[in-house]
Amino acid sequence: MRTWLKSLLVSLTFAGLAQAAELRPPAQATAGSPFSIASSGTGDGTFYLIGPAQISKRKVNLGGEISVQGHEVEQAGTYTAIVCADQCTSVHFYVRPAQASRLSLLVHPSRVRVAASNAISAVAFVFDRFHNLVLTPQKVDFKVVPPEGAAISQSKTTANGTAWIRLTSARKGGPAKVRASIGDLAEMRVVQQVASDACNLRIKAVPGPKGIAVETEPVRDCSGNFVPDGTVVSFTKTDASGKTTVDAPIKRGVARVEMAVSGPARISVASGVVNGNELSLGGAR
Amino acid sequence: MMKRVLPIVLAVATVVFIWIAWVQSGGIERHRMFSARSPEEAVRLLLTAAKSRNWDAAYSRLANAGEVEKAAFARDLGGSNGSLRTYATLENFNVWGLHADNQEATVRAKLHYSTAVGPLDDVRDIKVRNDGSGTWKVVWPTSKVPKLAPQVIPVNYLRWDVINRGAEDDWGVQNVDSPQVRIVSMNALQRPDRVVILGEVVNEDTVPAYVNVNAALLAPDGSPVAQETSFDKISHTLLPKQVSPYRIDFPGMKLQQIKSVRMDAKAMLVPATADPVIAVTQQRMETDALGKKVLRGELLNQSGQIVNIPHVVASYYDANGKVIWVSDGYLDQELLPQIPVGFAVDLPDDVAGKVQTYHVVVNYYQKNNS
Repeated sequence: MRTWLKSLLVSLTFAGLAQAAELRPPAQATAGSPFSIASSGTGDGTFYLIGPAQISKRKVNLGGEISVQGHEVEQAGTYTAIVCADQCTSVHFYVRPAQASRLSLLVHPSRVRVAASNAISAVAFVFDRFHNLVLTPQKVDFKVVPPEGAAISQSKTTANGTAWIRLTSARKGGPAKVRASIGDLAEMRVVQQVASDACNLRIKAVPGPKGIAVETEPVRDCSGNFVPDGTVVSFTKTDASGKTTVDAPIKRGVARVEMAVSGPARISVASGVVNGNELSLGGAR
Repeated sequence: MMKRVLPIVLAVATVVFIWIAWVQSGGIERHRMFSARSPEEAVRLLLTAAKSRNWDAAYSRLANAGEVEKAAFARDLGGSNGSLRTYATLENFNVWGLHADNQEATVRAKLHYSTAVGPLDDVRDIKVRNDGSGTWKVVWPTSKVPKLAPQVIPVNYLRWDVINRGAEDDWGVQNVDSPQVRIVSMNALQRPDRVVILGEVVNEDTVPAYVNVNAALLAPDGSPVAQETSFDKISHTLLPKQVSPYRIDFPGMKLQQIKSVRMDAKAMLVPATADPVIAVTQQRMETDALGKKVLRGELLNQSGQIVNIPHVVASYYDANGKVIWVSDGYLDQELLPQIPVGFAVDLPDDVAGKVQTYHVVVNYYQKNNS
């Protein structure tokens, strides 16, 4: 009986000594902000903090507060705190993103044809100063400033850190400024609204030094915007000498070529997949 | 006595050794060949000298050397101004007579050049004249290269430069989008030794595009059987709204082996210039000296800069406006400003009969701006 009792006491003593220290993290931790983790137990121990992007380790005195520096918790996410004395104990806690301090605005495309329905998308991402996506809903104000006319504003609340809008391009070409803001934070992008395909492409011929000069009327799209300079206009002349083609870029709104003509000739014009009128020279015009 | 004999013996021996060396190095053959005894031999000798770029020797074969400048003759055969012929090597040639009498003959020479862009053939009908002593010499064409009068040609076409997002820029900073290009037509043909995919691609954007068209032949189970790109059978740099033909060859493939074709046009935004404008004039279908169907025409460089290596890509359409063939060819001659240069690209005889119309685009490579 005495032997049995002795064995029980020894076991309880060792069990008491081997009881691990406990950790109590704060209910809410914020990225980049220092905080403390309460610990139980006595003596020295080793503290490990394992986060989404970093690990730290140091000696601590058990039974007191273990302070965690702000730079150790810059990434939001789930962290694991471990303290080891005779045994190791661990605890998980979540570090939430800090206050919104950065806005990323993705606007696509950088060029868009005029009057293109829902062709522009603007997506705002809200980050804190440590590049953590801020997941709590934030109100983002979008504002679109067309080259002419009144600005359009729209507010959207972020979901999972993002807010987005779709826009139809204006009928008038030119740069449209797309702005997103949260309080003082603001980002702006520019979308070039460019002319669409040529519309009513027409040519005329006038006598020139090398034969005839054929030029287009000012080339515009169906909304009346000038087709940008550099756009290629293909002239094709067919006469007795064969066929002649010249790919001439538009310069100051018109494309122009000079062609030698022998006898009756037909001249046609095209730009991309758009055909223009046809001229007959040396006969009925 | 011995004193006088020894120098004589040494002198004779030296002469004998020199003669043997001359014979060994082909001297007799050269001497015999120097005076060409037939029109074909005269052309062959000239071309042999040209092959080794020995312009002096080649020039000495001319019957009309007084009328042809040596520099112009060397330019004609060896190229100039960074043209393709300056980078070409005359690999071999075939010579055959077309017509001959006692005084004059016409010899056809087919010259095979090897170049960085593949083999290049040049067919010339060369006049040969008998100088009266039985030696034939070549009458080189005296056509003078037209020269443009000194002048200033104002060029104010657009140029597009591109500034992309920097590596150090933050995520989300706007970049410039790639150009929008579209394949507007595609046609798959079975040729005797290959499957050919051809069609046209257009740059629909307002900025220049560097375009490459890829095609994958798919088996009935959807797996790719073969994959190729248009390589140089396309005009890669397309200005806004410019259309280019493309052709992709699959040697050894049969249409029966494939179920479908997956097409993909890749475009990159590149700096480009709208200059030079090259007109394609006097296009017509003809049969060339070798009996092949060709599309001939002239290129006219309307700018003030030399275009070193012009490249012609032609698409041919049937009566329904469908692209039925695409052929291309490099010109071995540079395009000088405002001076027309002829070109010819061939096409298969069976296709030529169906051709109703055609479209030619000119691609070019410049030393300073490719």
